[in-house]
Amino acid sequence: MARRAPRSRPPAENGALAPSPPPFGHKHLLGIGQLNPAEITNLIDRAERMIEVSRRPDKRLDTHLGRTQINLFFEPSTRTQASFEIAGLRLGIDVTSMPIRASSVTKGETLIDTAATLNAMQPDVIVVRHQAAGAVELLSQKVGCSVINAGDGAHEHPTQALLDALTIRRHKGRLNGLTVAICGDIANSRVARSNLLLLGAMQARTRVVAPLTLLPKGIETLATEVFTDMRAGLKGADVVMMLRLQTERAAGKLIPSVREFYRFYGLDEEKLGWAKPDAIVMHPGPMNRGVEIDPLIADGPRSVIEEQVEMGVAVRMAVLDALLSRQDDGAAADG
Amino acid sequence: MDRPIVIENSRLVDPATGRDEPGALIVENKRIAGIVSGAAPGAPQGAERIDAKGLMLCPGLVDLRVFTGEPGHEYRETLTSAADAAAAGGVTTFLLMPDTEPVIDETALVDYVIRRARDISKIRIYPAAAISKGLRGEEIAEFGLLKEAGARAFTDGRASIASAGLFRAALTYAKNFDMPVIHHVADASLTGDGVMNAGAFATIRGLKGIPIVAETVPLDRDLQLAMATGARYHAAQISTAASAEIMRRALTASDRVSCGVSINNLALNENDIGSYRTFFKLAPPLRHEDDRRAMVEALADGTISTIHSAHDPQDSETKRRPFAEAADGAIGLETLLAVALRLHHSGEVPLMTILKALTCAPADLIGLAAGRLRKGDKADLILLDLDAPWVVTEAAIRSRSRNTCFEGARLTGKVMRTFVSGRTVYDAAS
Repeated sequence: MARRAPRSRPPAENGALAPSPPPFGHKHLLGIGQLNPAEITNLIDRAERMIEVSRRPDKRLDTHLGRTQINLFFEPSTRTQASFEIAGLRLGIDVTSMPIRASSVTKGETLIDTAATLNAMQPDVIVVRHQAAGAVELLSQKVGCSVINAGDGAHEHPTQALLDALTIRRHKGRLNGLTVAICGDIANSRVARSNLLLLGAMQARTRVVAPLTLLPKGIETLATEVFTDMRAGLKGADVVMMLRLQTERAAGKLIPSVREFYRFYGLDEEKLGWAKPDAIVMHPGPMNRGVEIDPLIADGPRSVIEEQVEMGVAVRMAVLDALLSRQDDGAAADG
Repeated sequence: MDRPIVIENSRLVDPATGRDEPGALIVENKRIAGIVSGAAPGAPQGAERIDAKGLMLCPGLVDLRVFTGEPGHEYRETLTSAADAAAAGGVTTFLLMPDTEPVIDETALVDYVIRRARDISKIRIYPAAAISKGLRGEEIAEFGLLKEAGARAFTDGRASIASAGLFRAALTYAKNFDMPVIHHVADASLTGDGVMNAGAFATIRGLKGIPIVAETVPLDRDLQLAMATGARYHAAQISTAASAEIMRRALTASDRVSCGVSINNLALNENDIGSYRTFFKLAPPLRHEDDRRAMVEALADGTISTIHSAHDPQDSETKRRPFAEAADGAIGLETLLAVALRLHHSGEVPLMTILKALTCAPADLIGLAAGRLRKGDKADLILLDLDAPWVVTEAAIRSRSRNTCFEGARLTGKVMRTFVSGRTVYDAAS
């Protein structure tokens, strides 16, 4: 066995974190489904420590200086890609982003071929978003480095669920015992699935609220309660989480029209009134104001939507740090 | 001329008659010349004597649903490699689906397949011709001319005909030529973007589901049309408990309708997909365990009359993709019999019922004098060690494609020798 010199950790100044959190137990972050409650808490705790870094003038931690991160987005996403880029840069990682135009190459061919090509460039971590469920896991099997799922079809979006959990915990002080209502296009939402898995694991009471055409078969295995009526679904909720409706895909097929959807499922003052008085309003973005949410609510005092974006950077820093630190530790332990 | 053969000391099993007794079988001039209970009689002069050592001697299998890559995609499977796989699996006859490139929708293609199969293949391969030209579901193909050229049935293979009007015309016109219509029942508008059985498992995996009604709605429609026209109709493959119920009712009203099942829907369920394993992406999809059990029951009570392999070779280009983007299908010729025998070993379905669905029932459906131990029939036979255990390994697969659902599976029941027209086309010992 070749012995590798342990990578020396940077000195403790420049805001490096101490004491170290417990090491993370996985090579990849493919989904919330792979994590147990302790691992979820580990990542959220790590993220909590990262918030302060982003709020100071010098935002650079050189924890992972010289590492290479590739962002591979088969589906366009401005905000998630930017969030991962900034998270990487703040940890001292060299970040490169590769947007892939789905039209320029045959779909599946790209994935395996691209995986092999990128792997040969010796990255330390690849962040992947893909339109097909399971695609990120497939790619992770073809590369030697860590892989982070930035969204695969309607399957999972683990960093979104983690940043949502961090946001909720900062407002409510806990996750267990809270009632969280997730509303809208559940059928097509990876955000809903990852959140249901995470909140379920952390003993929160989860509800999904949507018209039957947007509720996938068997959703009751993931959610504590299933509602088709907003009044019943929001009653007593601590957190109201709205989902983006893909209007171009749904209108005329799964719902008759945007205005009908808004009338029955769009979050406005009246509907929010059915939730607890201190309920917070969340949305993974980008929002369709006037489709799933009233602009007055989206930009109102109970909305934590902007804070979610800030927490996104902290969570992605935490995940990158957890995976790369594990590589460091692993190399040291094996050597 | 071939030497006569006497296969003695065997357990003769003929699912067509229910015969199951020790005995011997004599082959002369490529045909079954005699079937004898007990000890072998005096052999014809110069006969080759084969001691079966108590192994089961039964008719070779007739598989009604096989895709190959020839013509058009020979890198996936040629007729030769498919025939090798078939012979090893005890399949002595298969019906080739018309989903080739070009599509088998005109006489020249039927003729090509028949000649090519005769020249190069060790087993019998018969073409099924397309119901609709180009499998487009728009115009019916030339049934009369295709039958004359040698097509044994009409089917659109993987495709399902959306237009009730066209399907009614196809059934009516097929009846004119007394030809069976074999139809894959899957409504495209209900299947939508679905890639696996609709249910909790699909929802957790984030995959779009294929609802039960995507199968039952066209099945119901087809049966109504079949009964109204009086045509011979065979639902290629059903996969749901609800479909079995529909079929059960239909069979009380008509003996000209029937249905088959893929070995995969008898042996596997949706959980086998596990973590997006694309070899388990099939059409119809693997369903819930309750549906699988309903398939087994429907086979046992005679609602399902035929079992096929749905052999569908796919390569890494079409399978090493994200689940939703991967092609449907799995190979199955080599494992068909042994996987079906699981149901015998588990005591769920009588051996005769299983063998019937693999031999005489499919043969009768397409009008072949095959699939039975009958004097005068071509000597297409297998010697089977019913209790021999074996493990499926990728390295041993004869098919050119490797997309098996049974890699690593422990199976019981091994084909020891396969005869086509009395000639040995596979011998496990060599």
